[in-house]
Amino acid sequence: MSERPNEDSTGTDPGSTLPSEAGGCEGCEPAKGGGRRGFLFAAGTTLLTVGGGLAAVPIVGVAIGPAEAGDPNRWISLGKATDFKVGQTVLVKFTNPWDSPTDGDSNLNVCYVRCLDHKKFQVFAITCAHLGCPVEWFAQSRLFMCPCHGGVYYEDGARASGPPPRGLYEYVWRIEDGSFEILGGRLAGLQEST
Amino acid sequence: MKSPGAIERTLGWVDDRTGLVAVTEHAMFHKVPRSAKWWYVFGSATLMFFIVQLVTGVLLTTLFVPSAAEAYQSLVYIDEKIPMGWMLRALHGWSSNAMCIMMLIHMTQIFLHGTYKFPRELTWVAGVALCVTTLGLAFTGQIMRWDANAYWGLGIGAAIVDRVPFAGNWLRSVVLGGPDISGATLSRFFALHVFVLPGTAIGLIGLHLILVLKGGISEMPKVGQPIEPETYRKEYESRVKKTGVPFFPDAARRDMVFCGAALIGLIGLAAWYGPFGPGPVPNPTIIEVAPRPDGLFLWLFAVLALLPPYTETFLILVGPPVGIAFLAALPFISPRGERAPSRRPISVIILCIIVTALAVLTWLGETSPWSPVMKAWTSIPTPIEYVRDRSPLELQGAIQLQYAQCRNCHSIGGEGGKRGPALDDVATRLSWDQLVRQIQQGGGNMPAYGKSLSSAETEALAAFLSTLDGGHLPARIPGAMEHQPGRDQSPTADPRAEIDAETDANSDTVAAR
Repeated sequence: MSERPNEDSTGTDPGSTLPSEAGGCEGCEPAKGGGRRGFLFAAGTTLLTVGGGLAAVPIVGVAIGPAEAGDPNRWISLGKATDFKVGQTVLVKFTNPWDSPTDGDSNLNVCYVRCLDHKKFQVFAITCAHLGCPVEWFAQSRLFMCPCHGGVYYEDGARASGPPPRGLYEYVWRIEDGSFEILGGRLAGLQEST
Repeated sequence: MKSPGAIERTLGWVDDRTGLVAVTEHAMFHKVPRSAKWWYVFGSATLMFFIVQLVTGVLLTTLFVPSAAEAYQSLVYIDEKIPMGWMLRALHGWSSNAMCIMMLIHMTQIFLHGTYKFPRELTWVAGVALCVTTLGLAFTGQIMRWDANAYWGLGIGAAIVDRVPFAGNWLRSVVLGGPDISGATLSRFFALHVFVLPGTAIGLIGLHLILVLKGGISEMPKVGQPIEPETYRKEYESRVKKTGVPFFPDAARRDMVFCGAALIGLIGLAAWYGPFGPGPVPNPTIIEVAPRPDGLFLWLFAVLALLPPYTETFLILVGPPVGIAFLAALPFISPRGERAPSRRPISVIILCIIVTALAVLTWLGETSPWSPVMKAWTSIPTPIEYVRDRSPLELQGAIQLQYAQCRNCHSIGGEGGKRGPALDDVATRLSWDQLVRQIQQGGGNMPAYGKSLSSAETEALAAFLSTLDGGHLPARIPGAMEHQPGRDQSPTADPRAEIDAETDANSDTVAAR
């Protein structure tokens, strides 16, 4: 294949436009200067950048969408406040406030509700503050124990021993018309406010 | 001259249009050093297991339903209803382990023989990237087994991501595909496991093989034959030209024998032991689970239990990238010089330390002595000899020991948790005052029981513990074995020794709370 003469507006010697060993042509600088070559290169680069940017909107949007969806927490009723027995800590099941057809059981959730009196509660996330394994409540020793790395918490959620860097995560709760509600939906984690 | 036959003509045509015949011929018949013998079979075996993974994996995607609502049932269906479905899953699971093991042996050999040095630096770097990709495949594969372990394994992954400063919460939502583990999480990990990571691996394997061909198969290291980048290529080429043998069939024979034997071994393992899981159902409301990672990640499980808490976040987040970067940088840190292990004692020592550490940590991860035995307090009875001839108060303490879940962390008679020290001879190590203080105030990684046990319960527990002298061992510290002030605690001298301890230990008497 040979170079077409006269296409290069830089006016180089036609003899020098023969393909060089490297595959280009001596004296050709397609990306530089004006002329048709320069214009096509610039236009191609621009069109690809714009096209790529437009394509990236849905691609990146779906990829990071879950993190940009706003606060997923909603008030979830766990029953009547008076249904909880004073002095007891119980495991309560609830359904996450978001749903998709493919969630199955993963949409279910649990938390520990500690009833101090019918106006004062503590609601603990099930996940250990160390690395998220499910902690188990032992009413006899009044301790939460984690089966993974041995984190232990007191009944008020404070760290008792083991590797957890802090106490159990707590849900915000309220009593609305006698209904006991927690603000839930997001997996409890270190960077939560509670 | 004889005219070419139909096959030659066809090959000539294909080569003319694609150039692939010449490339394939070069790959198959290029000369390799004569010394490349049994040490060199592990890379081929890794590739063979990867091919098994691809074939079984493609078939599994025709049967597995990547929906959190149906994944578990589809796995059970594959195991129980699809003819040979269980074997397909078993092959995929065992081949995954085999691939990882072969890859690690291959890497170890390359490190030990200094093969990463000039001019094969980038072959090593591509290999490190393949190692990371393979571990990613192994982790995401565990998630595909959508059982309780997979669910809580994701929770652990989420908790680690959550520790990233500032962006942790955001990153976690991206990884999980939502605010919590859900159907979207399984879909994301499915896409990673089935498209992204295998695609990456295929690309990297291609690059790795091209680089192997470009750099040539290394010779066995020889003392006194150091790598000098200025002259190495010329010398290597002249040696291989003189004494080398074609890869196929000369060198490939050993690869074929080893890979064949490994494949038959894999089929044997898969047929004998069957598929991995699925374990208990992935229902987050069933919390009586003890999540454990697969064997390959047990060392990590151990590290996360044993690191001092204040170093943990830093080491979890900084350790892996630094480790991987160090591995990748190795050929640039040490690009020349001796390859023979006998001339590289520091490398050999580092390798020994890494292998020993990983082996010990894996063993610790398997036994996980730091994990409480959550059912010990109800499932492991107090041995009869520990309650024989005890006073009523001491027997009450024995009940308290079970009832307050002490056995979850402490063993007696060799059974129970290993998180705290065994209590068989606790009386020889702690005085009465120390026992009471330890129970009430905790300390040394033990929670304080001062709020959950009454003083009467604490006294009973301490009274029982002060009888545990390991079979009349002498006191190890001053004040031990003196027991409760003002009481004669010698069981044999006690008139209450006639009490039928067995009956009492099984009674329903529980200290009033």
